[in-house]
Amino acid sequence: MKKTYVSMQLNGEPVEFLAEPSQTLLECLRDTLHLTGTKEGCGDGNCGSCCVMLDGTLVTSCLVLGVEAEGRTVTTIEGIAAGQKLHPLQKAFIDHAALQCGICTPGFIVAAKALLDQEPDPSEERIRLWLANNLCRCTGYDKIVRAVQAAAKEIREEKQA
Amino acid sequence: MAHVHIPALLRAATAGREWVEAPGTTVGEVVAGLEELCPELQGRLVCEGRLVRGMAIAVDGEISSMGLLEPVDGETEVQFIAAISGG
Amino acid sequence: MSTSSYNVIGTRPPRHDGADKVTGRAIYAADFQMNGLLHGAMVRSTHAHAILKRVDTTKAAAFPGVVAVVTADDFPQTPDRIVDLGEGETPVSHLRGNVLAKGKVLYQGHAIAAVAATSLQAAEQAAKLIEVEYEPLPCVLTAVEAMAAGAPLLHGGDTNVTAHVHHAMGDSEAAFAGAAIVIEREFTTATVHQGYIEPHAATVLWNNDGRVNVWCSTQGSFVVRDVVSCLLDLPVSAVRVTPTEIGGGFGGKIPVYLEPVAALLSKKSGRPVRLVMSRRDVFEGSGPTPGSMMRVKMGADADGKLIAAQAFLAYEAGAYAGGMVGAGAMCVFAAYDIANQTIDGYDVLVNKPSTAAYRAPGAPNAAFATESVVDEIARKLKMDPLELRLRNASREGTRRADGPKFRRVGCVEVIEAMQAHPHYSAPLGEPSHAEAKRGRGVAIGYWFNIGLPSSCVISVNADGTANLIEGSTDIGGTRTSIAMQAAEVMGIPVDRIHPAVVDTDTIGYTGVTGGSRTTYATGWAAHDAAQDVIRQMKLRAAKLWQAEAVEFADGVFQAGERQMTFAELAGKMSETGGPVVGQASVNPRGAGGSFAGVIADVEVDTGTGKTTILRFTAVQDAGRAIHPSYVEGQMQGGSVQGIGWALNEEYWMNPEGRMMNASLLDYRMPTILDVPMIDTQIVEVPNPAHPFGVRGVGEANIVSPPAGIANAIRDAIGVRLYHLPMNPPAVAAAMGGQK
Repeated sequence: MKKTYVSMQLNGEPVEFLAEPSQTLLECLRDTLHLTGTKEGCGDGNCGSCCVMLDGTLVTSCLVLGVEAEGRTVTTIEGIAAGQKLHPLQKAFIDHAALQCGICTPGFIVAAKALLDQEPDPSEERIRLWLANNLCRCTGYDKIVRAVQAAAKEIREEKQA
Repeated sequence: MAHVHIPALLRAATAGREWVEAPGTTVGEVVAGLEELCPELQGRLVCEGRLVRGMAIAVDGEISSMGLLEPVDGETEVQFIAAISGG
Repeated sequence: MSTSSYNVIGTRPPRHDGADKVTGRAIYAADFQMNGLLHGAMVRSTHAHAILKRVDTTKAAAFPGVVAVVTADDFPQTPDRIVDLGEGETPVSHLRGNVLAKGKVLYQGHAIAAVAATSLQAAEQAAKLIEVEYEPLPCVLTAVEAMAAGAPLLHGGDTNVTAHVHHAMGDSEAAFAGAAIVIEREFTTATVHQGYIEPHAATVLWNNDGRVNVWCSTQGSFVVRDVVSCLLDLPVSAVRVTPTEIGGGFGGKIPVYLEPVAALLSKKSGRPVRLVMSRRDVFEGSGPTPGSMMRVKMGADADGKLIAAQAFLAYEAGAYAGGMVGAGAMCVFAAYDIANQTIDGYDVLVNKPSTAAYRAPGAPNAAFATESVVDEIARKLKMDPLELRLRNASREGTRRADGPKFRRVGCVEVIEAMQAHPHYSAPLGEPSHAEAKRGRGVAIGYWFNIGLPSSCVISVNADGTANLIEGSTDIGGTRTSIAMQAAEVMGIPVDRIHPAVVDTDTIGYTGVTGGSRTTYATGWAAHDAAQDVIRQMKLRAAKLWQAEAVEFADGVFQAGERQMTFAELAGKMSETGGPVVGQASVNPRGAGGSFAGVIADVEVDTGTGKTTILRFTAVQDAGRAIHPSYVEGQMQGGSVQGIGWALNEEYWMNPEGRMMNASLLDYRMPTILDVPMIDTQIVEVPNPAHPFGVRGVGEANIVSPPAGIANAIRDAIGVRLYHLPMNPPAVAAAMGGQK
């Protein structure tokens, strides 16, 4: 089938690519644009490993078509750190041992950032509700919740300073 | 003489005895000694020079990494247990 | 025990691969790219049990973009033999037959053929054009049915039972006669999956020099090397396996599925080929862990001393002989000192995927049965359930029914830590609504850890750092827990060690990352390699100083008045004889098993049958916690997998052997919303055989949660459940039966 031309903003930079009509945004990111930080765990929106931001909204990129990204803004795990400086969530995940195998980590960080961007001080219950679409099989989630809480605190303190 | 624990399924070969004393300085020699004492055990623990499928050797409660070459002495307990791997 | 005598061990440094894994830079198997890469797709059986009458690949081979098509006939048909390639001894025909079915399919999802094409879309479309003609056979799906007379037979012969294990000690029948209380109950558990988030993936290039290069997600790169070379009838040296990062395994990434098929496709096409499983493929075509039927009978005297026990365990092997019941039979009463025991275990073929290890494989099933019966005995005797366990706990010198006596173990210490934990005496609190009931349960469990070979090489850099290479794939932070043991010996901070997991050409043979062995055995190799470095560096200092004897302590070399730090001496390598490289390979004995226990508080909604975990505490003997955060992480992860096993997870099969819930929506693993914080308490009863006292901690933590939750539900609603999962309909039905 004929491919479609797509242009979008990806992690702050303009990109152009060709997508087959049936290709998901996840496939375009990974296979065409070679940004493999976004992971595929299920392909049907139930594990959250492929979470990205699409025009500021958290989506599972396996359920978005590549052609739908035309003219839109996409942020992936590769766009979370500021140059050499890790985002507080990334640092907190390392410091709190919130990852073991690490395959779900990009999705969790992107999803948690989406929460903290709009709610700087979420309760534990709110964090759990927000992240309920992201599966982790290694950690039992305890240290993930603590990492998100610690990162939220750090971001709040950075803003106050 | 090493103290050899006979797996329950093989105790018909030892007239029901759970423990048998057998001579040898390695597990392999002990098994050979055991087979002489209890001919029905031939081929049940070791077959063609190797442990039978699914079996591992424990020496004094520890799974041996050397199998039939594991050294033993007069106080050693030798057990034939299920091989395990784990997740 | 205090760890204060150490500088590095017992601290919580950041992991060496942390930055890669939080930025998305870490390369997992499906991320691996190569020029000229072809994409593969598999054809899998739509029947649970059938004769393969015809597999016609003609149309697929002609499809545009298709470069190669393979079936089982493409494997070299070497004569069958028994091999031990890291998963226990197995006939080659079983390994080969599970990778691509020949003659017969044994489960729905059994791989039959594969296609490689220039795009994934082309490969998937072509795969649909492969014509498979089946002659369906009746299927058998549970161990009990498969053991019955007249059951369909998977591999011919006269039975589906592939192994009977039997342990006996004392005279259990006679002892029951003298018991004050005897409880006998029957239990069943459903087939469950490890549920790692990363599907299996592999890329293989059969190069023009005849060497086969594999990049894949595996718990054991040397296992992959040995299986691929065996199935392709190549010398092991012809295969080089580079392990990528691995997105979870829990035992399920020890077996080899895709790599030999991708190798055949690469051989035919002359190009690198990548195969990636879908989530459905993972459920249907990889190895879950056995469903089971168990009968456990235990007797105690009036004081709560357990005097006799019997177990009958029938575990589903899946399509080929399995190994889980052997371990189950060794663990079923391992926590207790019981003089009279009889244990029978049966490994039974059924038309489900060939089972694989899953975190303490075989033990959680058995503990569900034993710990439920022990709980019932405590209730009947009106004894505190932990007091009853303590009275009977295994300790140094306790003999298991399979023969061995325990060395120094921490069963007593774990139970005492549970008793002393604030959770155990905390009030349960009021139910959240009128139809809710609350309860508390406890359980304990045992799992081994294994030795197996490991190798490490450490090379010293002139700036006082060191590179550590190892063969253990890092699933959960073992680069760091292994490097910490080297750093402790070398007297330098762990961030000055750069650990790297390398391919099978580059490091000595190293066993799987499994069996709770990696921090234990590869850590031991790192300890020994670091000692080798220090030994050599002492000689360098002696040469430098013209000294007879050099001492080394806390990172400082010393001879008389002269001293130098590790970093200072490292800067003088070239003038004292060139690079210093230390190395060690070990095949350790002395693997010390680990006991663990849980305290679980639940609230059961008696209207819906839904169970909510209110509070959960995991206690485990780590021997010595090298990196306490990672030990806690193992305990928390194992606990939540155990919660899923207890409450929701199951292969839901229809009568034709089709899995009806092969997605992560319907195979209901715990989400972050389903569980509370998991409290942990690490107990340290050092393993006397290990240089630092390490016991493997990866697995024992999953053994007791299902039983602990079952006991909590019993405490809450007054009704005991005998089947896993204890999902809302099951709990509601059990309560209905009560009324």
